[in-house]
Parts: sequence; C-alpha cells; structure tokens
Amino acid sequence: MLTKLSMENILNLIKKRIFYLSYKSQEGHVPSALSILDILWILYDQVLNLKLIKNKSLNREYFILSKGHGCLSLYAILEKKKFFKKNYLDNFCSKKSIFGGHPDSRKIPGVECSSGSLGHGFPFAVGIAYSNKVNKIKSRIYALIGDQEANEGSIWESFLLASSLKLNNLTCIIDNNKSSKSSIYMSKMSKKLEAFDWEAVEVDGHNHKQIKKALMFRGKNKPLVIIANTIKGKGGFFLENDNSWHHKALSHENYNKLLKKLVLK
Amino acid sequence: MRKQFVKTLEGLFLKEKKLFLLLGDIGVFGFRNIFRKYPDRCLNIGVMEQSSISFAAGLSKTNMIPVYHTIAPFMVERAYEQLKIDFGYQKLRGNFVSVGGSYDYTALGPTHHCPADINLISNIPNFQVIVPGTSSEFNQLFKQTYQNYFPKYFRLSSTENSESYNVEFGKANQVQKGKKATVIICGPTLNFVKSSLKNLDVNILYYTTVIPFDIKILEKNIKNSEKKIIIIEPFYSGALLNELSILQNKYPLLISSVSVPRKFINGYGFKKNLDDNFFNTKKILKLIKIILDK
Repeated sequence: MLTKLSMENILNLIKKRIFYLSYKSQEGHVPSALSILDILWILYDQVLNLKLIKNKSLNREYFILSKGHGCLSLYAILEKKKFFKKNYLDNFCSKKSIFGGHPDSRKIPGVECSSGSLGHGFPFAVGIAYSNKVNKIKSRIYALIGDQEANEGSIWESFLLASSLKLNNLTCIIDNNKSSKSSIYMSKMSKKLEAFDWEAVEVDGHNHKQIKKALMFRGKNKPLVIIANTIKGKGGFFLENDNSWHHKALSHENYNKLLKKLVLK
Repeated sequence: MRKQFVKTLEGLFLKEKKLFLLLGDIGVFGFRNIFRKYPDRCLNIGVMEQSSISFAAGLSKTNMIPVYHTIAPFMVERAYEQLKIDFGYQKLRGNFVSVGGSYDYTALGPTHHCPADINLISNIPNFQVIVPGTSSEFNQLFKQTYQNYFPKYFRLSSTENSESYNVEFGKANQVQKGKKATVIICGPTLNFVKSSLKNLDVNILYYTTVIPFDIKILEKNIKNSEKKIIIIEPFYSGALLNELSILQNKYPLLISSVSVPRKFINGYGFKKNLDDNFFNTKKILKLIKIILDK
C-alpha cells in the first residue's frame, strides 16, 4: 500500500502526463479526464485484479469507460500499470498512434470497449454482466458514465434492464461533474436510480477512502450505482469548473502555468 | 422463413452452447421451445433496440454468439449507430435477423416499412449482408456463417422463391448463361422473372449474399458477354451499384436497376399488390428488351 504522500505524487505525475499529452497533441478532453482520475486510480490501484485483465482471463473483471472522452486518465493509468510500454503513449492522437481522442478496444491493451459516442458503453457492460451471471463467472463489471451522458435514452433503458435482470455483479459509476448543468441537469440521481430498483451510494469522487469503500460494496440482489460527486477539471487549477475548457487545447503559456502549479513532494 | 429461423435455431441450440437469443418482443411464441429448454440463453429484451444491440455486443465480448431478432426498421434505422459502433467498429461477432424488410408489413404503413436496410447496413464496414430467397437458403446460409467473427445481417422475407438453390455464403449462383446481358437477381425477386427470362439470351446471377459481393463471377460473366447489367433487387437501389463501381472502372458498363422506389408508400393493402407494381414481370421484361436493343 502506498503512503498518502507517495500516492499524491503519483497522481500529480499522472496529471503532468495528461497535461503534456494534451499540450503536445493539441487534443484531448482534459477536464473530463481529471474529474475521473481519482476514481480510476483507486479502481486500477486497489480494486481490479490487473493480472487477470492483462491475460484476458475469462473470469476477469471488466472496466468500461462509457464516457470515452475522459480517456486521457485511463491511458495514463494503463501506462502507469504497464499495460503497454511508456513511449507508446507519447504519440497520443498522432497519425500512427493507437491512442486516439476516444479509446479503441481493438488497438489498446486493457481497453475493453470502444467508446466515444455516449450511451453505448454502459449497455455493453450490462451485456457482459448478464453473460457472466448466466455463465456463473463471479467477477464484477464496472462501467463509468458521465452525468450528462445520463441524458441519453439508452442509459435509462439499461438502468431498467440491469435491475430487471438483478445484475448484482454490476457497478455503474456516475461521474457527477455537473456537465449536465449546461443542458438537462441530472439532479437527484440517487433517488432516480433507487426508483429504478438500484442500490445507490453517493460519494465524494475525490475522496479515496469513500471511493474504495463504494467500489468494494456488494449489494444483495441489485446492481449498484455510485454517484461520485466530482469537480470537472479537478487538480487543473484554472481548468476547474470552467466549461470553456471542455475540449480546448492547452497553449504553451497555460501548459507552463499548470506545470509550475503542480508541486511534487 | 420465420418458421425456418425457429427450426434452424432449435437445432443449433442443441449443440452450440454459446448461442444466445434476444427478441425485441416479437416471435416469443414461435421460440417457446427455446425459451423452455434454454431459459439462460434467451431473453425477450423488449422494445429497447438501442440497448439491446449494445447489450448483445457485451454478450459477444464474453465469447457468446448473440442472435438478435426484431422488425427491420427498429433494428436498422432506430439503432443504426449501435450496429455501427458496437458491432461494425469493434468487429464483434453477432447475428441480426430482421423481418419486415422493404414493405412486408404493407398494411402497417411506413413506420413498419424498411426498404433502406440493405443500403444502410452495407455502409457499415465489417458487416456481412445476407438476403436468402427461400427458407432452405436461410437455413444453409445461417448455418454456414453464424459462428464467424463478423457481424451479420440476415433479411427474412415474407415471400419466397418457388425453387431453392444450394447456396454458398459469399458466392452467387449461375442460374442461366447468355451473351446479350447479365441480370443480377437478389433474394426473393428471382420468382418474378426467372421463367420469363428463359427465352432471352442473358446470364442470370442469383445473389443471396450481398456483402461480401461475389464480384469474381460477375466479372467472368461480363467478360464473355455484352457489357450490360440489369439489377433486380427487393430494396432501395444503391448497395449493389456501389459494389459494381469497381467493374465500372474496368469495363464500359451499361447498368439499369429495378428496385423499390424511394418514396413513402401511400396506401396499405397487401404486399402482393406492391410486388405486382414494383416488380411487374411485363415491365421488367420490357426494360430488359430496351437494354438489349441498345
């Protein structure tokens, strides 16, 4: 187990990596990646059995990033966890790269589902969970959606489907970074999901203890939803809670500003 | 063909434990034996077509072989992006079996018509497109392909040709040889013209696989005959023309097509009335003779 300080350093290094990749490629959805960074880190560092995932074992756990545009965090964590060699990611979004602005399951080791168009990854995860249930494979399926992604009808079809099928091997994490405030705000998600017969827990999506506790929670006969209250752009200083940065490239000046503010201890 | 679909699956379920049937709340009674015998491998997933297809992709990811069955417009047009991204882009194995293509549900109106299905699916890379002309041909083609690692679209029709062929996936059948032109006939349209073309000096190629298109046999035919092609297809024109474009760069082809007109069908009635109008044998023969005289 890492100490709090070293974990903070690792996360800052990952942030630094994300800033670099975005600045170099002039691509990426940096604030959307930062809002899920703590969740993905805990998932990959403390919850998932990475050996089984790397071996594509039939009884592996699955993680599906349904909000594919947050992929910079996933790429950086997969790199940290040695799913591929470090230099592979350096050409993020370049012509010959396997790493695009949205993850491609046919190219990137560790990516289970090609996502990007919203509302696809979550029902895909429900299918995996159902298959594992009928095939009596006791591994857990995790899917992460954005709060704005919950505007999509397919998400609600799948909420309905998963509880109807009593998929207690499924955890849906909602990155509640309030992106939906710019359109149809998805408020009171716990109540909505409980009405859909899901087990719902709400956490601070940047509090590692709360995240881990929720990820390890096992309900009895229902799927679990974790509403993770997050800050869009968390740890990106001036990127935080500013929607104009949603898909904006970092200038040289802004990139340097971010590096100066990121202090490694 | 739907009865054959049930029969084919009942047989395959016995030996193939990876098969998984998803129904969009149609054909549930027909598949009652599968539901009774294999409750863990079938699901009436209801009318949530978008999620059904992504869900099927999830099943496929775990090495199951999903078979999804519903009415063509709801499968292809409503959930097109799911077919494109979840199956085409990810190149996942899956079987999509539709009913109601073109205007099979004539009396239900344009909400239930789908003459665009073949063109739409043909535009998704990695998809294979199969249009059997009879129940026996469906049985043969499904058995040949259901396990392959591609997404496949099977179009069941409510009408069938009177004669079945031994068909091979990806290959067209040479029904007749001639010199004056080549007539491409797709799926259940063979019945409309086969006997009338007997006395004409034309090649007849019968296609039950649209994608991958058997270009080799067509090229062989046009090399040895006049460079005139007539396509008879029971859906909107486009998918086959696109396949022919490769040959257009090599030969000076004259191409004509008899297909379903691009318009919402006004009125209801019976499928036969529309067939008699759009695929009228006399009209088709007249067109072919015009082409032959050019």
